[in-house]
Amino acid sequence: MSQAVAEPEGGLAGAAFLPRVNDITIRIATPNGSGSQSANLILMRSIFAMGIPVGAKNLFPSNIQGMPTWFIIRANEDGWLAYRDHTDLMVAMNPQTAAEDIAGLSAGSMLVINEAQRTLANRDDLIVFCVPFNALVAEVCPDTRLRKMVVNIIYVGVLASILGIAFEEIERAIDWQFAKKAKAAELNKTAARAGFDWAQEHCLVRSAHRLERRNKTHGDLVIEGNEAMALGMLFGGATFLAWYPITPSSSLCENLIKYLDKYRRDPETNQATYAVIQAEDELASMGMVLGAGWAGARAFTATSGPGISLMAEMAGLSYFAEVPAVVVDVQRMGPSTGLPTRTSQGDVGKAYTLSHGDCKHVLLIPGNMKECFEFAQEALDLAEQLQTLVFIMSDLDLGMNKWMSEPFAPPTKPIARGKVVSAEGLSRNGEFARYRDVDGDGIPYRTLPGTQHPNAAYFTRGTGHTEKATYSEKPEDWERNIDRLARKFESARAMVPAPVVENDASAQVGIIAYGSSDPAVQEARHTLAREHGVATAYLRVRALPVNGEVKAFCERYPLVCVVEQNRDGQVASILRSEYPEFATRIKTALHYNGLPIDAESVARKVLHRIAEEKGTA
Amino acid sequence: MTTMLTSPVTAAEVPAKGPKTNRIGLTQKDYQGAESTLCAGCGHDAITSSIVKAFYELGVDPHQVAKLSGIGCSSKTTNYFLGQSHGFNSLHGRMATIATGSSLANRNLIHIGISGDGDTASIGLGHFAHMVRRNAHVVYIIENNGCYGLTKGQASATADRGTRMKSGVTIQDAPVDLCTMAIKMGCGFVARSFSGDTQQVRTLLKAAIAHRGAAVLDIVSPCVTFNNHEGSTKSVAYARSHEEPLHEMDFIPHFENISVEYDEGTTTVVTMHDGSRITLTKLAHDHDAHDRIQALTLLDEAREKNLFYTGLLYYSRERDALDDRLDLVDEPLATLPQSKLRPSLDVFHQIMQGFQ
Repeated sequence: MSQAVAEPEGGLAGAAFLPRVNDITIRIATPNGSGSQSANLILMRSIFAMGIPVGAKNLFPSNIQGMPTWFIIRANEDGWLAYRDHTDLMVAMNPQTAAEDIAGLSAGSMLVINEAQRTLANRDDLIVFCVPFNALVAEVCPDTRLRKMVVNIIYVGVLASILGIAFEEIERAIDWQFAKKAKAAELNKTAARAGFDWAQEHCLVRSAHRLERRNKTHGDLVIEGNEAMALGMLFGGATFLAWYPITPSSSLCENLIKYLDKYRRDPETNQATYAVIQAEDELASMGMVLGAGWAGARAFTATSGPGISLMAEMAGLSYFAEVPAVVVDVQRMGPSTGLPTRTSQGDVGKAYTLSHGDCKHVLLIPGNMKECFEFAQEALDLAEQLQTLVFIMSDLDLGMNKWMSEPFAPPTKPIARGKVVSAEGLSRNGEFARYRDVDGDGIPYRTLPGTQHPNAAYFTRGTGHTEKATYSEKPEDWERNIDRLARKFESARAMVPAPVVENDASAQVGIIAYGSSDPAVQEARHTLAREHGVATAYLRVRALPVNGEVKAFCERYPLVCVVEQNRDGQVASILRSEYPEFATRIKTALHYNGLPIDAESVARKVLHRIAEEKGTA
Repeated sequence: MTTMLTSPVTAAEVPAKGPKTNRIGLTQKDYQGAESTLCAGCGHDAITSSIVKAFYELGVDPHQVAKLSGIGCSSKTTNYFLGQSHGFNSLHGRMATIATGSSLANRNLIHIGISGDGDTASIGLGHFAHMVRRNAHVVYIIENNGCYGLTKGQASATADRGTRMKSGVTIQDAPVDLCTMAIKMGCGFVARSFSGDTQQVRTLLKAAIAHRGAAVLDIVSPCVTFNNHEGSTKSVAYARSHEEPLHEMDFIPHFENISVEYDEGTTTVVTMHDGSRITLTKLAHDHDAHDRIQALTLLDEAREKNLFYTGLLYYSRERDALDDRLDLVDEPLATLPQSKLRPSLDVFHQIMQGFQ
C-alpha cells in the first residue's frame, strides 16, 4: 500500500496547524442506496458518546438507488448544531459528485477520497487523504456483493483515526447500531478496524480538527422529529390513524405503527386499543380521521404539502361541522411535486386558512424534538377541546434529521376530551343544543354517537345550521354561527402554546422565527452579537393564531425581522394583517433553497435589513 | 363481536295500551326523522319509509345507530329517518371514508350509509371500492336514479348507454355497475332492488343490518322530476315493467325462534353471523347467491339484455369485517379510558433509553 497523504502547503502551515477541537462539519457524499446510513449513524453515535454535542442532516434525493446523497454531521461543543454550508471534512465517496464536492471546499479543508479517484483531488490547498478503499474492502469482505456497503464503515474507521475518536467508541457504536445482528456487527468492526489501522499507519499529516471527550451530552437524546411525534401520539392516546404514504411524513406513521403494536394492546386480551388504516389517498385518510373524530376517537393523519392540498375540502368540514381532527404536515418544498426530499416552511400560510369560505385553523409549530413529542399530545387534546382541526406544522428537517435533544418529560397532564356530554349529563341539563355557545367561549358541547339518551342525537352537516343543528339558510342563523366560530378561534388564541420570548433592552432588531429555524436563529444571534456587535431580541412563534405577546414584541422593536423558510414570508404576512399598525416595520429574512436553514445566511439577511433600515444597504 | 340488535327491555316496561310498539317498546314513529323536502313521489322517500320500518321491526335501539351520507338528494334523506340516531351529512363522494373511520371508532354501532349514484359511482367511486375492499362494517345504500337531481338532472355514471336524458343528451359512455364492482372488491353482501318493491327493500335492509362487514344495496330509485321520461332505464315505468326478482325473500331475525319449513329443491336458507336467517325461494331464474362467478355472470347478462334482476345477488361470510380483522378491543375506541391509552411510566423510560 502506498503512502497516500498529500502534504499541505503554503498557508496551511503554522498557526493553522493547531487543530480546532470539537468544532467540525463533516460532509459524507455517497450514492443513495449504497448502505451508508448505518455507517454514518455509527460515526455520529460515537461522537455523541464522547460527550460532544452532535447533529446530522441527511440530504437525500427522491430516488431509491444511485443518485447522490450527502450526510452532514456537525459536532460542536458549544451546542451549535444548525445546518452549516461550510465543510471542514469532506468524505467524497461518490465519483459522480466528487469533482463538484471538491470544488466546493474552501482552502484548508480536509478531504478523504478513494485512491481510485485521486486525480480528482487536484487542489493543493486541501489536506487530502487518499485511501485505498478498494484494496481495504477486498481484504476484509470476501463477499463481493457486500463490498459496496462495507466500504462505508471503512471510512468511519479512517475518520476515527484522523479525528482522534478512540476505536472502542466505534466498536460500541457498532454494537448499538447492530444490536440484534451479531454477524453484521462483527463484519463492521473488522472493516472499521481495517480503515482505522490503515489511517494510523499512513495518515501522518496532522489533522486540522480533533475530537476530544467532553461531558455535554449526558442524558440527552438523539432522535428524529417523526419518531418524537410518533411517541407523542402514542402517549397522547391517539386511537386512530389513517394515512397515505408521502415523503417526508411516512416514517412518522411507520414509527407509530411499530409502537402501537408493542405498547397499545390490552394486557388481558391482547386486542388493539387503536386502529390504523393505510388509506387509498389523502382525501380518504382525512375523511376517515373526521369520521373517527366525530364518533369520539382521538384521530389524526400525517402528510405533506400535496396531501394538505387534497384535504382542503375536508378541512373546511372539520372547521364548520366542528369535528376534532389532527393533521401533521411534515412540510417539503412545493408547489406541485416540488422537491419531495427537501425541507420547507411553505405550507404555513395555506394551512392557516385551508378550505373555501371563511376558514381559520389552529397551527402548532414545534421547533425542536421535545416540542414534537409534546405538541403531538397537545394537538390531540386541543382538537377535542376546541372541536376543530388542529395542524402540527413540522418539516423535513425536523421530521427526518437526527437532532440532539434534552430528555423528554414524561406526560403527566391527564388526557383532555373537551366538552363531551354523557347520558347522565343530558339528564341533568335537560335540553341539548349542539351548537349553542353555553359558556361564552364559542366552544359548544357535543355528544358522541352511541350515547344512550333520547336527547343525545344531533345531525352533523356541512350546510348552514341552527344552534340545534337543524338546516337553515336564514341570514341571522348563518351570521350567528360563523361569528361564534370566530369567537371560538379567539378562545384558541389563549389555549395554544405561547411564544418563547427573549427580550433585550439594547436590541435594535427583534427576530421572529418558528419551527426548525430555531437553531440557526440562535446561532445567528450569537454571531451577530459577537462579530457584528448587533444585539437582537428573539421571539419564537409556537402556534397560530398568535397571542398578545407577539404584538408586544412587534411594538417594542423598531425593526422586526421574520425568519422563514418560504419565498413569500407567509407568517410575516399574517403578522402584518394581525397588527396593521406595525406592518411597515415587519420585514423578512427568507430562506427557500431546499437546504436546511443555516446561521450564516440568517445573520447576513438580518444585517441587510438593518442596513436597509439605516439607508446604508 | 356481535352486532347489537337488542336492548333488553322487560315486558313490564312495554306500555300495555297505546300505539303498537316493537320488542324494545318503541313505536314506528320513534324511528322517523324530519319531514322530507324531496319532490313528491321521489323514490328516495319510499326507501326512507322502508328504512324506518326495517329498523322498527328489528327493534334496533336508535341510539346504537350512526347514519351517514355524502351530498345529493339521496344523501339528504339521512335526516328523514331515525331522528334519535346521530347523523352525519358529510361531503360529496366521501361518505365511505367517513363511515370507515366512524365504524372503527365505535364498532358497537350499526353504521348505515346513504349515497346516490353521483356520490358513489362518480366522485366517490374510489372510496366506495376501497371501503368495500376493506370490508368496513357499514350498510351502504345507493339510491340510484341515474342522474344528479340536486343540480337539475345531469347524467350520472350509472345511466345506461343509449339512455336519453331529459336535456336531450344521449349517454355514450359505459355505465358503472356498482353491484359488479362490489362483488369484485370482495363484498360479502351485494343486493339490488327497486324502491317501489318495498317488501323486498325492507327484507334486504334487515338482512344487510344483520350482516357483519360491508353490505351493499344498489336500489333503483326513480327521480320523478329529471329522469322519469320514456327512454330512461331508471324511470318508475321502466323499473316496474322490467324488474325481475331472482327469488322470494324472507328474513328471520336471530331473536325469532321460528323453525322454517321449506322445500330444499326451491328454497335456500342463508344463516348469518348473528344467527339470523334469510330464505330465498326460487322463482323463474335459478340463482345461487353463494356463487360469486354466477352472480357476476348474471350481472353481465343483465347488462347485455337490459334485464333488471333484483334480490340478493351474492352472500358470503368468508371475510372478517374490518374491525374484527384489526382485532380491536370490544369497548369502542371512542370511550377507552386513559388507563388503556397511555403506556406506563416504565414504558416511557424504557423507550427513552433507546435514544440515549
